[in-house]
Amino acid sequence: MQLVTTILLDGLIDASWIFIVAVGLTLIFGVLNVLNLAHGNFYAIGAYVAATVAGWYYASGDNPPAFGLVLMLGSSMLVAGILGPLLERGLLRFLYERDEVILVLVTYALFLILEDATKLIWGVNPYYAYDPYSLFGDLKVYGLTYVGYDLMLIVFAIFAGIILWLGLNRTKSGKLVLAVIHDRDMSSALGINVTRIFVIAFTIGVFLAAIGGAITAPKISVQPGLAVTVVLLSFAVVVIGGLGSIEGAAIAALVVGLSRSLAIHLWPSAELFIVYLVMALMLAIKPQGMFGAVQLRKI
Amino acid sequence: MSAILDVRNLRKSFGAITAADDISVTINAGERVGLIGTNGAGKTTFVNMVTGYLRADGGSIVLRGADISGKSPREIARAGVCRSFQIPQLFLSLTTEENLIIALGISSGEALRPFAGTGSPVLVASLDDLLTRYRLQEFRYRVVSELPGGVRKLLDIAVSVTRGPSLLLLDEPTSGVAAEQKFDLMDIVVNALPKDVTVLFVEHDMDIVSRYSTRVLAFYDGRIISDGPSDVVLQDSRVKSFITGAPN
Amino acid sequence: MTNTKIILAATATLAALLALGPFLPGWATFLGAVALAKGITALGLVVMLRSGLLSFGQGLFYCVGGYGAGLLMLWGDVTNAVVLVIAGGLSGLVAGLLIGPLLAGYRKIFFATLTLALSMLVHGALTKADILGGSDGLNLRPPTFFGLEQTTGLSPVFAIYALACVIAVASACLLRIHFRSVRGLLSLGVKDNEIRVEYLGTSVRRAIFENYVVAAFLAGMGGALNALVLGHIDPELAFWTTSGEFVFVAILAGQVSVVAIFVASILLELVRSFSSQHFPNAWQMTLGIFMLTVILFMPNGIGALLQRRRGSKIAQGEAP
Repeated sequence: MQLVTTILLDGLIDASWIFIVAVGLTLIFGVLNVLNLAHGNFYAIGAYVAATVAGWYYASGDNPPAFGLVLMLGSSMLVAGILGPLLERGLLRFLYERDEVILVLVTYALFLILEDATKLIWGVNPYYAYDPYSLFGDLKVYGLTYVGYDLMLIVFAIFAGIILWLGLNRTKSGKLVLAVIHDRDMSSALGINVTRIFVIAFTIGVFLAAIGGAITAPKISVQPGLAVTVVLLSFAVVVIGGLGSIEGAAIAALVVGLSRSLAIHLWPSAELFIVYLVMALMLAIKPQGMFGAVQLRKI
Repeated sequence: MSAILDVRNLRKSFGAITAADDISVTINAGERVGLIGTNGAGKTTFVNMVTGYLRADGGSIVLRGADISGKSPREIARAGVCRSFQIPQLFLSLTTEENLIIALGISSGEALRPFAGTGSPVLVASLDDLLTRYRLQEFRYRVVSELPGGVRKLLDIAVSVTRGPSLLLLDEPTSGVAAEQKFDLMDIVVNALPKDVTVLFVEHDMDIVSRYSTRVLAFYDGRIISDGPSDVVLQDSRVKSFITGAPN
Repeated sequence: MTNTKIILAATATLAALLALGPFLPGWATFLGAVALAKGITALGLVVMLRSGLLSFGQGLFYCVGGYGAGLLMLWGDVTNAVVLVIAGGLSGLVAGLLIGPLLAGYRKIFFATLTLALSMLVHGALTKADILGGSDGLNLRPPTFFGLEQTTGLSPVFAIYALACVIAVASACLLRIHFRSVRGLLSLGVKDNEIRVEYLGTSVRRAIFENYVVAAFLAGMGGALNALVLGHIDPELAFWTTSGEFVFVAILAGQVSVVAIFVASILLELVRSFSSQHFPNAWQMTLGIFMLTVILFMPNGIGALLQRRRGSKIAQGEAP
């Protein structure tokens, strides 16, 4: 029973932060038709910014610890809020008429650039931001001790998911975004300012990745290599859940989180492998993913 | 006259819409048959089922004794049924010549050999022949995306005959072509086609139908309401009221 | 250019490359051999691209080819370079035959993501396969060249470079001839209009599968050559970033000529080599900026390759 609980809870915790990041990636694909290979870098930047801010905040005297977390989140959100529009307006928008695969290459180039940029700014040594990790105490579940922060992550992810869902389905701008996901040309023909929607969607996507990084920072060591791991995981989630589907990202995040958890506890060598196996299986059986919003052209 | 196509009790529905309601017809070798009917009457569905684009819900399609119902377009093409399309289906980024070479290569099997060049005497002869017969010489080296609509139609038809089909289906060969050029186009096609090819063509222009077909099948509501020599069918009162709109 | 002219040009190029070899400094022959190995892989990618499909997972065959050659050397005690490279090619070919049928049904982004996923599967599997060296990989011994390396005192690097030249020029020549053949035109037709191809009576799936297997064979040889040059194989060969570089070489080359693919590969290796030497912490960034510059300001290669516009010069038999 303990093992089952461990696997489930660990998987759920993993799924939480993976969801936050991956839903940003699927949103970007759904709206802009861009498979953002640099998505992991925004996560990393969010984590680095948060860790840096935490470093300053917690080192300078007796400041209220909870506020530190708020500052961490806030600062990464700010950076994302600047980077998002900058990249979309400054680079991506010149390439929308080109083939979707060219855009993938562009994001790949961005990945390379941002990888080195983060190394140049923050160096290669790990950053730690443990301080907020103890904010929520501990919780005993079936005799196992769980860090409150990790369980908070689950709540945070659910909260983020609900806000996103509400934002998309209950606000006017949100519905416009859904319209553009569904049919860009028709939306444009109906007078929707697709350009504005693109900037919004890309920024939200980058935002979510950065928040994912900031909120996870207290439980990891923030170092080079994060971007690659994260982009691969979110990519798998997006493919499994269906390109452009928010619900899909949620369920797929659970699938990925639980698979990894299962592997780690039962078959550790398969940790890397299992996520790709699930992804390949999904592509082979149902290429659109679980809730694919994008139509597959398959002969 | 030998039957080349024997269709029995063909049925097809799209949800509540019956596109083919128990259609039976026999086409004989060498006939030039016009298929007429309003939009949605079932003529294109009929063509699509014969050429393998759609699978019938029931009934059979037999080509020269062999059952082709449910086969893929590729298998049906190899069996000797080829078609042109209402919107010409061509290789837009390639030249007229290249389009024909690919078509010729596929029918002769050249296209399956990795290094067979485009200069073999047989290929070149067939190519020149097609270019001449379909009046495409002046467009030989031009990329298809730059060609005018009427030329694309001719090329589409030329491409579809490279296999030497025994049955050719032309889907609205003159649609989109300027009125004054329709007869020219059909004259070229009719003269270019080998005499023994059986042709079914879907058409909305009754002048074209009366001039170029020997027999007419009139479709209405998924059924063939009239089948016979063109002058007879076109004078049929039901055909006039449902399809041609000509006064009785 | 007629086929005869192509063969003559190829022979002349090969002669020139071999003659040049001894005068090049060691680092240049080394770099040249690696660039040619990757160019051969990118050539395979172009074969696929001509039928409209971009593979983001050629690293899989590159890796399989490298391991095929490496394991044959380490476990089978084969050191003959030619045998090893052919073995690498065949390993890639077999892998292509196995997964080709699945992939031939996919298009565009789904094809790209599936190839990527499969390549990462191989990477993941190899990383954990301790018997194959795990993430550290395996070191290889120097290959032999029919004993010539002892009798003629050839430098080993030059010998591999020469082998790479022979294979690169031969593949380039054969494929150049193939691209202007009827079958080569068929690939372009498949890219433009699959429906028309099917209605003419031939299988699109089969054409794509054949192209894929050829690409797999080429990547396998490329991987084997690369393994022999570096004297090392590891799972990184199947990592998605490796595949990304092959794609970039193909994009940089455009669809103007087959020779351009190797020029592009050499250019990429030079940029990488130069930047990792002079900006060791920013060489990825340099590569990325280089890529962006090409994509933004040299769309011709890219446009003709992927946007299905103007017919290529290769198809018309005009470019070398």
